Amino acid sequence: MKQILLIKNGEIALKGLNRTTFESILIKNIRRRLKPLGDFKIERAQSTIYVEPLSDGFDMEEAVNRIKKIFGIAAFHRAWAVEKDYAAIEAAAQECFSDILEDASSFKVEAKRADKRFPMDSPAICRELGGALLARYPHLRVDVHQPEVTVTVEVRERAAYLHAGSITGAGGMPVGGSGKVLLLLSGGIDSPVAGYMMAKRGLEVGGIHFAAPPYTSDRALQKVETLGEKMSEYCGRIPFFCVPFTKLQEAIRDHCPEEYFTIIMRRMMMRIASQIAARDRFGALVTGESVGQVASQTLQALCCTDAVCDLPVFRPVIGMDKSEIVSIARRIDTYETSILPYEDCCTVFTPRHPKTRPQLAAVEAAEAAFDFAPLIQRAVEDTAWKLLVSE
Amino acid sequence: MEIYLDNSATTRVCAQAVDAAVRTMTECYGNPSSLHRKGLQAEQAVRQARRQIAKAMGAAPEQVYFTSGATEANNLALIGGAEAMRRRGDHIIVSAVEHPSVLETANRLEQNGFAVTRLIPDQNGRITPQQLTEAMREDTILISVMLINNEVGLRFPIDRLVKAARRVRPEVLFHCDAVQGFCRIPVFAERWDLDLLTVSGHKVYAPKGVGALYLKKGRRVLPQLTGGGQEKGLRSGTENVPAIAGFGAAVEMLCGCQAELYRHYESLKSVLEQALEGDPRIVLHRYLDAIPYICSISAAGYRSEILLHALEQQNIYLSSGSACAGGKPSHVLKALGLSPADRDGTLRVSFGKDTTESDLNTFAAALKNALDTVAHS
Repeated sequence: MKQILLIKNGEIALKGLNRTTFESILIKNIRRRLKPLGDFKIERAQSTIYVEPLSDGFDMEEAVNRIKKIFGIAAFHRAWAVEKDYAAIEAAAQECFSDILEDASSFKVEAKRADKRFPMDSPAICRELGGALLARYPHLRVDVHQPEVTVTVEVRERAAYLHAGSITGAGGMPVGGSGKVLLLLSGGIDSPVAGYMMAKRGLEVGGIHFAAPPYTSDRALQKVETLGEKMSEYCGRIPFFCVPFTKLQEAIRDHCPEEYFTIIMRRMMMRIASQIAARDRFGALVTGESVGQVASQTLQALCCTDAVCDLPVFRPVIGMDKSEIVSIARRIDTYETSILPYEDCCTVFTPRHPKTRPQLAAVEAAEAAFDFAPLIQRAVEDTAWKLLVSE
Repeated sequence: MEIYLDNSATTRVCAQAVDAAVRTMTECYGNPSSLHRKGLQAEQAVRQARRQIAKAMGAAPEQVYFTSGATEANNLALIGGAEAMRRRGDHIIVSAVEHPSVLETANRLEQNGFAVTRLIPDQNGRITPQQLTEAMREDTILISVMLINNEVGLRFPIDRLVKAARRVRPEVLFHCDAVQGFCRIPVFAERWDLDLLTVSGHKVYAPKGVGALYLKKGRRVLPQLTGGGQEKGLRSGTENVPAIAGFGAAVEMLCGCQAELYRHYESLKSVLEQALEGDPRIVLHRYLDAIPYICSISAAGYRSEILLHALEQQNIYLSSGSACAGGKPSHVLKALGLSPADRDGTLRVSFGKDTTESDLNTFAAALKNALDTVAHS
């Protein structure tokens, strides 16, 4: 007997005329994520997407793991495909769900007869199959309101599908078709979470990282790329920009007052990110900032940072506590990588007493001592690009 | 051109070792325990390596036991030795500047009820026989002191330490981690009257994943792995024949040129000293008794990790403190009384057989250049 996946899309179902567009994007995303696992077929009907393995070696467990991370899916089922014949359905139900039913105390049967040529109607299927399962598992009782297990029979065009219990999907909107945003990816705990949250709303996420060798090492860069690869399980392929930042940091150190080092560095990063975003058509910048977490993340500091951006800056974790961010990071499996001890922006450049409430005019004055524009231009031009994707 | 000055972390595998390893992977690939000819061929390869390594450590082949590396050999020596001696006492002495595979193992033994004394060298980096015997007690069963310290190149007088210890307690187990000295300076396991001695393959141009433990005839340590009873029951597990054969071949190659290489290292060290001399930012640490092929250099106010990455951009590779410490502050430099600023700015330059004078001149110039450009406190 063959196992297939029945995928129910979430919010997409509410999107009137754009629904098919979103569905097509979702199917494309599913196809791309499952492709390495072997041959399979995808069909859609009545707001359900069917994934049917064609090759023998298709790894169903891994497919389930991957589907769980694709945005735009509310829930899905591992279902058994059975010949459209009641005797076959009954035999399959008794066989396939024995483990689940033996452990349960109550159940019910639900039937959906989409193929009206099937001789029994839905109530008849429920009645017959319910009776048969009760006879086989006499410890069970029927509970139509709050059953522990719901055995569902869907009689469709090509076959009947049986499943018991659904798997919760990642929710959100399918990634793609809603525009793209550029995430400042430091290597810490917060930025991957911020990227994940934007992707959940269907936005394509690119990453931009600032590397300052020799103050940061190749391992620090490798760590950020690993984070990007992990994020790509949710976000899809991530275009990744690596900006050579050393010259700018040294210029800040040489020409600006120490207490403004960090805030000016953030502004330089935003300027560079804005230029790359404009060039490559990203619609917004995203950061992992959470208000009050560090000196550069006070309200005043954020205002000074935003003053150099024309694009909107999204900060999806702005109101979250560290512990809340950490719990998401653990769930999406970026936490262990984020806490690897490599420098992102070297502590040599961290002021001993940073300004926690910088005034924009003062920051601008502090910057004015040096013409940073050529260095910014150079950094943008020398930025390296690659695609990050998990295997 | 790359300049590799991190030979105390690991070495480039030499051609002789590669050939021996390839031969045992593709031709004599049998399991030494197999009864047929293929097995015998592999056993012979292991036996030959055992002879080569025994000769280089001044021991008989029967006293050499192969392990997966020095960490395993040190664990086996300390844990297996302490367990075997437990009836006679539970006091262990180690130096405070040992490799983590000794120090952490001693910590584990301490958690399991053994008492551990850690000997701190004086400011000149010395551990004296008197210091050792003063630390010894009625119930001292095991002493472990390294031959050459891996971070700063200190050399400890193992023969005198063993002699002194034996006068107090003849039956004490004396272990020496000789990883950084093996095949670079003469090592005499028997003549020095050691009970246990650890060596490693990948520090002497052999592949990673092989080491050996010398165990004096008549002494006993308890095996830590159970299984097929290989290595006379002391270390079960199918022998890593390719790495063992490579180890033997590399040791054979080095035995022929050890004295010559040592003189080469001495002249390299003086080249380095000259090249760095006169720059007030750089301190070359000098100890009374140290070998020439590991040099510890401090640039106070700089972070060694940043200097290391700056030099990396010039294809020059070396370590900050010790590679094993993985960025943790060095316990050795602390024990030797260096200030935090000096410790943070410490680099380790370690020579190998292929290091040249021009490598060191290039390095010295690149280091000075890095000190000019890199940010510091």
